[in-house]
Amino acid sequence: MSAVAADVVIVGAGPAGIAAAVRATEAKRHVVVLDEAPNVGGQIWRHRSVATLGSDARTWVDRLARTNADVRRGVAVVDVVARAETGDITVVAERHLGGVDVIRASALVIATGARERFVPFPGWTLPGVTGIGGAQALLKQGATLRGKRVVIAGTGPLILPVAASLTDAGARVMLVAEQAPFQAVRDFALSLFTQPETLLQAAAYRLAFLRTPYAMGTWVTAASGTDRLTAVTVANTRTTWSLPCDLLCTGYGLVPNVEMARFVGCTVTDGAVVVDDRQGTNVPGVFAAGELTGIGGVALAVTEGEIAGAAAAGVARIDPSLTRRRHALQAVARRMARAFALRPELRSLARDDTIICRCEDVRRAAIASCADSRQAKLYARAGMGACQGRVCGPALELLFGWQPGTVRSPLEPARLSTLSTAALAGAASSDAVHSAGS
Amino acid sequence: MPPSSASAVTILADGRSVRVAAGVTVAAALLDLGVSAFRRSASGDPRAPLCGMGTCYECRVTIDGVAHRRACLVTVADGMHVATAGAEEQP
Repeated sequence: MSAVAADVVIVGAGPAGIAAAVRATEAKRHVVVLDEAPNVGGQIWRHRSVATLGSDARTWVDRLARTNADVRRGVAVVDVVARAETGDITVVAERHLGGVDVIRASALVIATGARERFVPFPGWTLPGVTGIGGAQALLKQGATLRGKRVVIAGTGPLILPVAASLTDAGARVMLVAEQAPFQAVRDFALSLFTQPETLLQAAAYRLAFLRTPYAMGTWVTAASGTDRLTAVTVANTRTTWSLPCDLLCTGYGLVPNVEMARFVGCTVTDGAVVVDDRQGTNVPGVFAAGELTGIGGVALAVTEGEIAGAAAAGVARIDPSLTRRRHALQAVARRMARAFALRPELRSLARDDTIICRCEDVRRAAIASCADSRQAKLYARAGMGACQGRVCGPALELLFGWQPGTVRSPLEPARLSTLSTAALAGAASSDAVHSAGS
Repeated sequence: MPPSSASAVTILADGRSVRVAAGVTVAAALLDLGVSAFRRSASGDPRAPLCGMGTCYECRVTIDGVAHRRACLVTVADGMHVATAGAEEQP
């Protein structure tokens, strides 16, 4: 076990976490950054070589590299203990292939980002069905998509860059389907007149897959195949049709990763962590920055990270231009959420025998008569598995209106040796110690 | 085109020795090898990466003897042993 003391511990090395680390180290604080991935950058700045990054991303990744921050990659945070009486925060992290890191700090910046929202439909568990961001991530991890027949179907601005990069990687993108109606997308695009660079970027992405139909008001209703995907069925308000494909990329926007924040007691409203002007949460010493405070994109995440890093380092006065930029970017994010609201048809795609909880293979019929997510978990094991409801939780909310249940440690599945090591070091919460002992 | 020796590593995937590009994740390497059943679900169905970012746990495989590792979060290394659901199903 490696135990280390720091001033600021940052969980997540995406844009918000990187910006926070840069600002906190500028204020001469000892910073530890933890991330599950093999490299820094989070999802949007995922890279294997910095040479492939855009200029903004490269600037921040380079700035982080020049700091003396202790960046630990390939570790999963399994427990966080915030002791109000001493102000001490202890974070326990498990290395993927063995080893435990325990970090004690006086401030915590949670920058856990967001994940994709998945909507269950018949066949969505077949190999060959991935997220939209998921396909992009696998491509950036080195997967070869050349020659594969691909359908991209879902919602939101992520569709455009992914369609462009999959086309660029040699995939045969057959159809790009956006569930939002044409008018909503058009109105959102028109509302961007104050950000012409965003519109130009969108146009450039569209040009990159110009030979592929881009259908609005169109969504996937089923995937088929025996051991892997071979075809998808899509629909609009008038008709339904099928097409053969090897890879279906489907996702319905992003869900803030608020589990760690909820676990340490942060207030969450409408699925996002509530923060003040300094990115502070209601828990003393705990800050949140980036997508978990509300989906707003990379520029907002960086801005929030800069504020959080300075605030966590104890800087008294936050640069007012950062605060102004934060407010402007949040306004764009609210318009986007309205434009890409999910259509009601998506709630009835899952049939009685459609799996909702993929970890435990819980089908819709097994939980449809439950009262809430807690009952669905206790009676039918929905959300009981390895992902701890991170995939089915947002689906249960969409299908049945159920709010997510309590978050307990370990925050990620962990080995008993990790939990017992942390318990012996006095670093584990009573939840985790109980799990290790039971 | 097979990866050149300077930028490739050898892994043992389900008992098969294969050259894969250095720096890729285990998930990317397995997908390129044509693996579709990374794991078997509770009712025995094949599962493969969904989220690509460590959230969904569908890409779990055994890496160097450690079970339930998320293949999308681990970079390949020379001599690494990887076992998917297919390893247990071989005669």
